[in-house]
Amino acid sequence: MATTDIGLWGVPLAILGGAIRVSTPFIFVSLGETITERSGRINLGLEGILVFGAMTAYAVAVMTASPWLGLLAAAGAGACFGLFHGWICKFPRVNDIAIGIALMLFGTGLAFFFGKSFIQPLAPHLPALPFGFWSDVPQVRAALDVNVLFLIGAFLAAALWWAFRNTRIGLIIRVVGDSADAARAMGVNPDRVRLLATAAGSALAAIGGGYLSLYYPGSWNESISSGQGLMAVALVIFSRWNPLGCFAAAILFGGAGALGPALQSVGVSHGYYLFYAAPYVLTLAIMIATSSPGRTLAGAPGELSITK
Amino acid sequence: MTQRLLFNRRQFLQTTSATAALGVLGAGSAVAATATIGFIYVGPKDDYGYNQAHAEGAAALKGMAGITVVEEEKVPETVDVLKTMESMINLEGAGLLFPTSFGYFDPFMLQAATKYPKVQFRHCGGLWTDKNPKNAGSYFGYIGTCQYLNGIVAGHMTKSKKLGFVAAKPIPQVLLNINSFLLGARAVDPSITCQVIFTGEWSLAVKEAEATNALLDQGADVVTCHVDSPKVVVQTAAGRGAYVCGYHANQSPLAPQKYLTGAEWNWANVYQMYAKTFLAGETLPNFTRGGLAEGFVKMSPLGPAVTEPARKQFEATLAEMKKGNYAIIKGPLKDNKGAEVVAGGKAYIETAIELESMNYLVEGVIGATS
Repeated sequence: MATTDIGLWGVPLAILGGAIRVSTPFIFVSLGETITERSGRINLGLEGILVFGAMTAYAVAVMTASPWLGLLAAAGAGACFGLFHGWICKFPRVNDIAIGIALMLFGTGLAFFFGKSFIQPLAPHLPALPFGFWSDVPQVRAALDVNVLFLIGAFLAAALWWAFRNTRIGLIIRVVGDSADAARAMGVNPDRVRLLATAAGSALAAIGGGYLSLYYPGSWNESISSGQGLMAVALVIFSRWNPLGCFAAAILFGGAGALGPALQSVGVSHGYYLFYAAPYVLTLAIMIATSSPGRTLAGAPGELSITK
Repeated sequence: MTQRLLFNRRQFLQTTSATAALGVLGAGSAVAATATIGFIYVGPKDDYGYNQAHAEGAAALKGMAGITVVEEEKVPETVDVLKTMESMINLEGAGLLFPTSFGYFDPFMLQAATKYPKVQFRHCGGLWTDKNPKNAGSYFGYIGTCQYLNGIVAGHMTKSKKLGFVAAKPIPQVLLNINSFLLGARAVDPSITCQVIFTGEWSLAVKEAEATNALLDQGADVVTCHVDSPKVVVQTAAGRGAYVCGYHANQSPLAPQKYLTGAEWNWANVYQMYAKTFLAGETLPNFTRGGLAEGFVKMSPLGPAVTEPARKQFEATLAEMKKGNYAIIKGPLKDNKGAEVVAGGKAYIETAIELESMNYLVEGVIGATS
């Protein structure tokens, strides 16, 4: 392996590479949650769905030797979880947050149960596109090996942002999210819209899980998720239910997460526990900076049980 | 696990009455013809790491006549392990237990040992002292020598003269492994340095992958680690074309071309010793330690990339170590802040108690313990 000494340039490079590598699951889960929350439901079960998606994607990829089939299966499994959540929440006096927590534990447990025999085998990985081809520096090439899911996520963020504003489906989701009564007056069934929105959101979260097990770090074990599913739910609020904001927040979070290891690698090794807290400190700081006591959360769907 | 829970109540009644009867009848019988031995793991037993190493040891007992092995995985280091131990004793009749994770020892295993004085408990890595119950004990292997051998091979194979080490937490065992790895490499070429990155947790897949990438970005071309499951580090490093040295278990199936060698536990040997002693009805030792010479640890077979000079020095040093009393940490030795930590002429062999309180990184290691 040819190497080039890049010294301190390693830090910004690692942040860039980390932003691309680490952010993808955050992008998918937070976009999924945006769809669900825009329709007026909160699905806290995404962590469990993410873990189950990771397991399903890995298992199917091992069995069929195709990572794409694995992702498809993960999306299907995620959608089933979402339908389940949406169906239960349809009944009166059911709390969507409580169901979400139940689903989180259920999804994780089920994934561990079925995933037992897939810890050892090796699955084929998802492909990456070498955007660093112009550079002779191997580190740059490695950082710019962009996986396809990241690109799909970026495209999806833009598409969702556009769709929420300019399409009929986007309008229906927003109406259902802001006022169920208005939606009913329009002849729209809020429960059905929410059911489908939760299913779509869960499918995206499961794809985020598939990224974890099929690309980066690229193996299935029971500690594969370090809470990405939960953090992504917070990112949605952080980005004010805006898909483009979700994308930016995920990138920021991924890059900040890469700071700790990168600083240690250039010799800034004191206080690494503090650097590992960087993403959370950053989130807090931006939350404080952008909040104001004078107004409520801008952009929050009116039907969300936290804002009602 | 679910099965045991399903049959809980009835089995419990049967077994308790049976043990009560045994207690009356069997007071005089000394030799057990059969034995049930329980193993408790903190993670999945096929993790290519710490738990797999123990599970392979347990698997070696399954063929022995008269031995029944019961196992439970993913038992947290909480009161859960106490429950698991109690159910293994009461429901499965286990007479000898191996709770293998570090956090099981104090207070959980010590409590269980006080409560069940007829059951034997042996813990991996704990520091058993005379004040602890006599039916408890601990065992461990000196794996630092194996990391030194990893270092020798890495020292021959590196072109950039930079090695990488992904470590979990800066505790003495981990620090000894890091220092041994670098000293092994410096036995080949004194200009070699080793960059260490601490992830702060025993198992954090994404952070381990990030750490590996950061090491490679800084030019490291041979990487090893001390985390619970080296799978992610091995795959990430090999995927970017770097060589890897393994830890805990043999990870060569994950990267057949890039895997050089690895520091492995050899628990099969240790557990067979315990099982034989236990079956014979003899007293089990309370405090067991061993290294390469005693067969407590071993090296993975050398990979296809290892060059001839590397193989020669590896084999010569291994043979020397197998004679016992090999000292890796010997003076004069400075830490990476320039202070002298071992005076000239002083040498600590692997059994030295001073090594179990190591709190420094030696000169040539880039990183800090806090």
